[in-house]
Amino acid sequence: MGRAPPARSRLAPTRRAGRVAGVRVAGGQGFYGDTPRAVEALLAEGVDYLCLEALAELTLAILQKDRQRDEARGFTRDLPAYLAAALPAVAAGRTKVITNAGGINPTGAARAAVGVARELGITGITIATVLGDDLTGRIDELRDATASGLSHLDTRAPFAELPGTPRFASAYLGARPICDALAAGADIVITGRVADAALFLAPAAYEHGWAWDDWDRLAAGILVGHLLECSGQVAGGNYSGDWWALPHPWDLPYPIAEVEADGTAVITKPASSGGRVSFDTVRHQLLYEVHDPRRYLAPDVVADFTSATFTDLGDDRVRVEGVRGAPATPSYKMLLAHPAGWAGEARAAFSWPDAHEKAKATAALLVKRVEMAGLAVDEWHFEYWGVDALGGPTARGATGASGASGRSEGEQCEPPEVALRAAWRCPDERTAALVGRELVPFTLSAPMPGFTGMGRGGARATELLGIWPTLVERALVDPHVRVHLEEVT
Amino acid sequence: MGRLSLRELCGFRSGDKADIANVALLADDAEVYQVIVAEVTTERVKAHFGSMVTGRVDRYEAPNVLALNFVLHGALGGGGPRSLRSDSLGKALGGALVRLEIDVPDALVTRRRPRPDVAWADAILRDASPRLGH
Repeated sequence: MGRAPPARSRLAPTRRAGRVAGVRVAGGQGFYGDTPRAVEALLAEGVDYLCLEALAELTLAILQKDRQRDEARGFTRDLPAYLAAALPAVAAGRTKVITNAGGINPTGAARAAVGVARELGITGITIATVLGDDLTGRIDELRDATASGLSHLDTRAPFAELPGTPRFASAYLGARPICDALAAGADIVITGRVADAALFLAPAAYEHGWAWDDWDRLAAGILVGHLLECSGQVAGGNYSGDWWALPHPWDLPYPIAEVEADGTAVITKPASSGGRVSFDTVRHQLLYEVHDPRRYLAPDVVADFTSATFTDLGDDRVRVEGVRGAPATPSYKMLLAHPAGWAGEARAAFSWPDAHEKAKATAALLVKRVEMAGLAVDEWHFEYWGVDALGGPTARGATGASGASGRSEGEQCEPPEVALRAAWRCPDERTAALVGRELVPFTLSAPMPGFTGMGRGGARATELLGIWPTLVERALVDPHVRVHLEEVT
Repeated sequence: MGRLSLRELCGFRSGDKADIANVALLADDAEVYQVIVAEVTTERVKAHFGSMVTGRVDRYEAPNVLALNFVLHGALGGGGPRSLRSDSLGKALGGALVRLEIDVPDALVTRRRPRPDVAWADAILRDASPRLGH
């Protein structure tokens, strides 16, 4: 296969003397919708592995809808743009790419990757595809074979209560098949539903030769992966500190971790990017979407995030060390999605005076008109923007000088303007679209003065999907996990 | 003793997993951490969110980063792809939590976190306006 030299010797040229002792792993993408322009700054900094995390729970649902329209789809559509930016460095042997952008169609994603390489005239690189996470065709078998019976992980509801037919079912695989792909000589590894943090554990475990029962090091790798998996969020993105004071914030920060053989790591970022890496920005990300921080359940290890010590080294560098791990559980998390009806939404805005009252009255009139039209709505949801759309009950009655309203108790603040967002769920697509139509005549004929439309949105219904997390024994999944290799010729 | 909003004492970050949201509350220092461990109980948080959170609230401590982590069950209207809410991913729940007011010792009563200075944004917007034809 015309292979390049082994990975370890490839690392040397990217190191800057006296600074780096470990493998350099970058978080170039944190979700489907992030920017491929992040890649350039990271590659200029010199990274051994560019990890692109593309899948949230929501993303698989989006990709499922995409695949329904076109069987060749089902992977993230921006993958070719990321690869086009990264491939020159990959071809030069400086960087490898690991991504779960394969979504629910890794084979299709690999086909697209080969296409990008050919377009750029790049040959001699190997693209690996990790298969086996997609359990959609095995649901009946797994319902009988699993200890969970595929019952809902959070609510404990039995599988029989899952409404409709599952649209997809995926297990969260770990880092091992990625390491297998790297050992087989892959330059690009494309997976489906691999756990986000495992994408980053894989290169550290592979380069340092960590054993799969070296729980502390595996936990360190997972913690680093957890910090990097949401791209800029570890480096000053979504930051509740002095966010307005971060340097040149238009240069969005994407993180880099330098992971040493003992699991100690430094989190940093390219000097050319904005943002900041500090103790505070790093701890913001530590607990993001975490439940029990003493038991962070990853496919390969259970990590204790409270065991880590963080040291702010200055100069946008934070050292992480001392992470402790425990043996992995015998199960993978598995996610199913089921149809949950159709949603529509509409907006209208109202000016002072009495803006909130006008908005509430409009919501009530909409309910009434929809009833009169004989349209079946299973669920209504009304938001009053400018009042409590985001804060709900917490937005009411803030008191004292430090309270958000800055007013004393009992004093009501009349908002200068309020926007109504109405959303509804219906059993079918047609009804969901028709409900929105009922708001339009309000423009001239509803009683309140100054009914104002918002933007140019049309009434299009979207399908809702329910998420059903459950557990599946790894022994039922692992024998089906395969790594497929293809050399671009 | 006095009353103070958590806004003056803590940072925060919130996110989602299916219909469960979590909010990390990040104390500004060890003194504040001791206070929030005592004051910001699961019961207070559950009551604060009211109808926004239909299920139970769990609390975990992460003393290594001076943080409490609150796990809010039934907090997202059914979970991201199913929810009718604008904030179906719980992004705003952190800000919602720090509106909570707690009792603090006298030494902390005067604490104030800095307020935003976005002069740089004003400058960009001023430059952009002529190009937009205003």
